[in-house]
Amino acid sequence: MSQIEDLSRRASASGGGARGRALSPISGFFGRHQSLSVIVGMAIVTTVLPLIVLLPPFSGFNVQRVWLDSFANAGVFVLLALGLNVVVGLAGLLDLGYAAFFAIGAYTYAFGASGFSGNDFPFWPMLLVGAMIAATFGILLGAPTLRLRGDYLAIVTLGFGEIVPLVFLNAEDITKGTNGITGVRRPELGPIEFTATNPVPFYITMAVIVTLVMIFLYRLQDSRLGRSWMAIREDELAAASNGVNTVTTKLLAFALGASTAGFAGVFNASKLTIVHPDQFLFQVSFTILAMVVLGGMGNIWGVAVGAFTVFIIQSVLLKQLNGFFNTFQVPILSDIDFVQYQFLLYGLALVLMMLLRPEGLFPSKRRRRELHTESDEPTDRSPEGLESAAVLQ
Amino acid sequence: MTVEPAVATTQRAAAADDRGPGTDLVLELRGVQTFYGQIQALRGIDLEVRAGEIVTLIGGNGAGKTTTLKTISGLIHPRKGQVLFQGRDVSRFPAHQLVRAGIGHAPEGRRIFSRLTVLENLQMGGYTRSPAERREDLERVMTLFPRLRERVRQNGGTLSGGEQQMLAIGRALMGRPRLLLLDEPSLGLAPILVQQIFNIIREINAQGTTILLVEQNALQALSIAARGYVLQTGRVILADTAERLAANEDVRRAYLGEI
Repeated sequence: MSQIEDLSRRASASGGGARGRALSPISGFFGRHQSLSVIVGMAIVTTVLPLIVLLPPFSGFNVQRVWLDSFANAGVFVLLALGLNVVVGLAGLLDLGYAAFFAIGAYTYAFGASGFSGNDFPFWPMLLVGAMIAATFGILLGAPTLRLRGDYLAIVTLGFGEIVPLVFLNAEDITKGTNGITGVRRPELGPIEFTATNPVPFYITMAVIVTLVMIFLYRLQDSRLGRSWMAIREDELAAASNGVNTVTTKLLAFALGASTAGFAGVFNASKLTIVHPDQFLFQVSFTILAMVVLGGMGNIWGVAVGAFTVFIIQSVLLKQLNGFFNTFQVPILSDIDFVQYQFLLYGLALVLMMLLRPEGLFPSKRRRRELHTESDEPTDRSPEGLESAAVLQ
Repeated sequence: MTVEPAVATTQRAAAADDRGPGTDLVLELRGVQTFYGQIQALRGIDLEVRAGEIVTLIGGNGAGKTTTLKTISGLIHPRKGQVLFQGRDVSRFPAHQLVRAGIGHAPEGRRIFSRLTVLENLQMGGYTRSPAERREDLERVMTLFPRLRERVRQNGGTLSGGEQQMLAIGRALMGRPRLLLLDEPSLGLAPILVQQIFNIIREINAQGTTILLVEQNALQALSIAARGYVLQTGRVILADTAERLAANEDVRRAYLGEI
């Protein structure tokens, strides 16, 4: 693998990279060792976050334990956004029903390990089982929609996203309908206790899962498959006439996106210990899509940071805002329930983004380039670092 | 036949040598009929292309030239008839397999990846090749099109029309096709560029690639082709050497702009 990358990198150097693209030693190093940079980055983030929340103003919102709990929950959405980014950002297939796969992962675990189902399969292998079952459904959704693109595909996926929670809602015998499945098992790992009062194990587990998924996705993005997704996103016919098997390539995008959501579903079910159809409504699909767009479609780190930020704002800061304004008796603002206006705020944020920074907060190099072609026209001289090195295989 | 070409794609060169040059049929269409839904675009096309030739398809709008190329490269499948590539019936093969089998297609309207760089476009063209082969082919294409080397980091969409056409041809060449299908390479180009593109086509052919060329610019096409087919409403109405077609009264009147 690394040999191939090496070859291609040399190919790029001989092929046209002859223009002095001086990368700084550090960014050059991390460009070559992407997995390592993800590990280092995530390790720093995972260590720093619990410390930051001890400082004001964050310490004023919540105690550390509650923060860590929120971070673990945020990780679920980071995973979801990373998975949706494969489908929408890399392959260019607009999926508006992505929460369906989240639901399938969650219910898989609820069937596999809860008092209600009577099964008690261990959590860790169930993570993979949930991912695989979600991937299967990803292919089932993908296969009949292969000919569809853009808005037509969006409508079908929207329908799928509506149907799945409805099925879980109405199959009362096996899902307990509106009551949801309760008593879903928490993970077990030796002496470590995963409990509602101790968020640290969940927090660490989530950090590890996100790290692994990010490494996997970076590798994928730079692989042959990643390039064929890119080609399909640009022009499907041209991709086919360059030798890309568009059928399997699109199905793999659906399958891989879905499996990440399945992962997230299993984790979420085990953390909340309850699985309920209302957890997977359209708002969830929409939120994840908004996270991907706000973060910077196509950029893995950007999407992760975007999802994390949006989740924290939504689930922690908005809630605290009411209390904050109440305490200081701010007129008008103290009467507003900000959580209720969450989607209005999303909407505003999205509109502002599209006007001011359509490429997202942390765009991929490619999107920045295509949206600002006039301003940085002589891209051939700018050091493009990671990404161009990556696509040159 | 001692060597069984089990993996015909990788042994296409060897397989070709077996049959010897000259008589080697690279492509043969037999009674090909292609439909878009209910509308019949091809009403029974018969044509053949031999190794090393440049063959051109000429004809007016809607004659079926582009559809013929798309049928050959697997982007559409014929409802009736056969497409034989190196003796093998490939009518039902999907496009991506035909690329591996040795058919390169620079489609109508160029269809370059406008948001990928020139280099990335070319690399996509070499999608089916190994990295080492790709590196080699990249060098070959860049030598053929020095303009592309200059613009290697630029987005495909920012190229001029002529450069985009070079990129489209270069990209198709990156798959090392045995047969290259070119659809209207001169469309929308300034006369001086048209001449340049045609010179390059001749050069590609001289380097050993068989070419099936669709052109509205019939005079230019016939000037570099060995043979030509005249298409009208989905049928071949004339097939002859390029020289004789260029001299043919009817052809001159209908397609070469003479009254």
